[in-house]
Amino acid sequence: MNMLALSWKNLTNNALSMLLSLILFALGVGLISLLLLLNSQLDEKFDKNMADIDLVIGAKGSPLQMILCNMYHIDSPTGNISIKAARPFMNPKHPLIKSAIPLSLGDSYKGYRIVGTTHELPDSLYNGKLASGVLWKADMDVNIGAAVAEDLNLKLGDTFFSSHGLNDDDIHVHDEGQSFKVVGIFEPGGTVLDQLILTTPQSIWKVHDHEDAPPVPLGEEDGRHDHDHDHEGHDHDHDHEHDHSEDATTAELPLMEQVDKEITSLLVRYRSKTNWRALNLLRNINENTDMQGASPAYEVARLINMMGAGERLMRVIALIIVFVSGISIFISLFKSLRERKNELALMRVMGASRGKLFGLVILEGLLLAIIGYIIGIALSHIGMELLAGVMKDSYRYTFTGWTFMKEEIYLFFGALAIGFIAALIPAVQAANTDISETLGRG
Amino acid sequence: MLATKGLAYSYDSKTNLDFPDITCQRGESWLLLGQSGSGKTTLLHVLGGLRTPKKGNVLIADTDLYQLSSSKMDQFRGKHIGIIFQDSHFVKALSVEENLGLAQTLAGHSVDKARIKHLLDRLNIGHKLKSKTSQLSQGEQQRVAIARALINRPTVILADEPTSALDDVNCKEVVNLLETQAREENAVLLIVTHDGRLKELFSKKIYLNK
Repeated sequence: MNMLALSWKNLTNNALSMLLSLILFALGVGLISLLLLLNSQLDEKFDKNMADIDLVIGAKGSPLQMILCNMYHIDSPTGNISIKAARPFMNPKHPLIKSAIPLSLGDSYKGYRIVGTTHELPDSLYNGKLASGVLWKADMDVNIGAAVAEDLNLKLGDTFFSSHGLNDDDIHVHDEGQSFKVVGIFEPGGTVLDQLILTTPQSIWKVHDHEDAPPVPLGEEDGRHDHDHDHEGHDHDHDHEHDHSEDATTAELPLMEQVDKEITSLLVRYRSKTNWRALNLLRNINENTDMQGASPAYEVARLINMMGAGERLMRVIALIIVFVSGISIFISLFKSLRERKNELALMRVMGASRGKLFGLVILEGLLLAIIGYIIGIALSHIGMELLAGVMKDSYRYTFTGWTFMKEEIYLFFGALAIGFIAALIPAVQAANTDISETLGRG
Repeated sequence: MLATKGLAYSYDSKTNLDFPDITCQRGESWLLLGQSGSGKTTLLHVLGGLRTPKKGNVLIADTDLYQLSSSKMDQFRGKHIGIIFQDSHFVKALSVEENLGLAQTLAGHSVDKARIKHLLDRLNIGHKLKSKTSQLSQGEQQRVAIARALINRPTVILADEPTSALDDVNCKEVVNLLETQAREENAVLLIVTHDGRLKELFSKKIYLNK
């Protein structure tokens, strides 16, 4: 009969009165762990998807919404900007801008957003690698992220019609137009790319041109448009097609020439992040154009700061619960020891030293803390996994409960410390039990 | 053997208890008699190393009890002194067998299940081995308490009013058990009592006067 077994039996024999302390403790630990999990995974998502973008240029509106929409794909666009206005920023000779990637948004398929863009998006922003197939080239060809492929069970060669907007409940399906065709699937990379369907910007226009007007005039209008463009950019198109290698996307080249068309935004990287003129660029866009610019780092920091208030409150609540549970453990032990006073004296009679009784009670406190910790961690990870399901449905972001963090090791030692402190006074009292007073009468 | 010399105890400056010198050999059974308040239980606790006397010595197996350090005293008590209290106390979370095993462990021995079974069988409660102590009748609890006092083959067995709660039949049986078991283990048995029924059963008596 070693002391560990004895303290375990003492606890289980007294299970009901220990239960409340245990539940409280587990709740406190679980809440802290859940906050840690949520925080680290949110931070990771934000960081990974920041993708070194220094500036987003889009239609005027809420800068935060623009960032959330164009970088994290969890909000609707603020509007569109004309290619004419966006074109200067895409000039490769721009003194401040290293690269500017155009995005055309507006459609989705079963909740996954279709993004009209260039190959730069997967190549230089998200380091996306194709698991199978080839990069999209022709209009209506798409590449899909790993999560899209897995969730919707899409394979190479599959076709689908898009619907307007981002939400599933938009049943506005563009089924009279052309269908999209999957030509490539990306490897999972843990970035927002996993959740996207990429195609040419022209594909988005094609779908919408069909949609915007009644069938007959629409056909005419469409034809006229195409005609105009053919004429206008005839020489240009030709030159380009000859100049570039076969790999050059035919879809990409005429994009900047279609000055009367619109895109949703530009994702901009500066040549030098420390150049003060870059700061002026942002102000210039906001003051002198119909567009707005926003710095993702600044907007995300603002967002995290806003959420931070709620998180700090939760953290305080969790700490209060842990504190109260510590007091509850103290009271349970104290009470149980008062009832077991005779037992403790008896153990002294049987040869147990003061130190042994002290250790026994400390052990009971530590055991309670360890069990509470294990239950709490289990709760938080299961909770996180459940939460991940909800978040995936509403944000198309993948979180997981099945990762463990080193902070949870610190939390373990914190739990031990609370168990120890809560047991300290009862343990001292147990060690000081007066055998003769307790057991003798007269 | 058990011997005392010049023992005195005081609760406070006013009441002073002086105890007669005692010498008991192994295998002997003694009765310690006296009125309530004569300090019987106090003496028993002093003999058991539970209460430090004002002066005097207690010698058990050639060891001067109150020369030992606190933790040495705890060890010594577990090994050499078996005490039976008026009310039986047990570790409630444990079974009969585990309670006796705990007594062995705390005395620094390893658990000897054969010894536990044998002892309980000798006391006719072998079938209660796995029972929780709270499920036992008072008589059974008393027997388990006796078994616990004997388990480590002590030099001295001290019993505080072991029969006060028992009827005549049980009283005689328990006293018989105590005497035979103590003799079998070759221990000094000292029973503290004011129970008149025991007087005629013992020849060796110590009287405490107020």
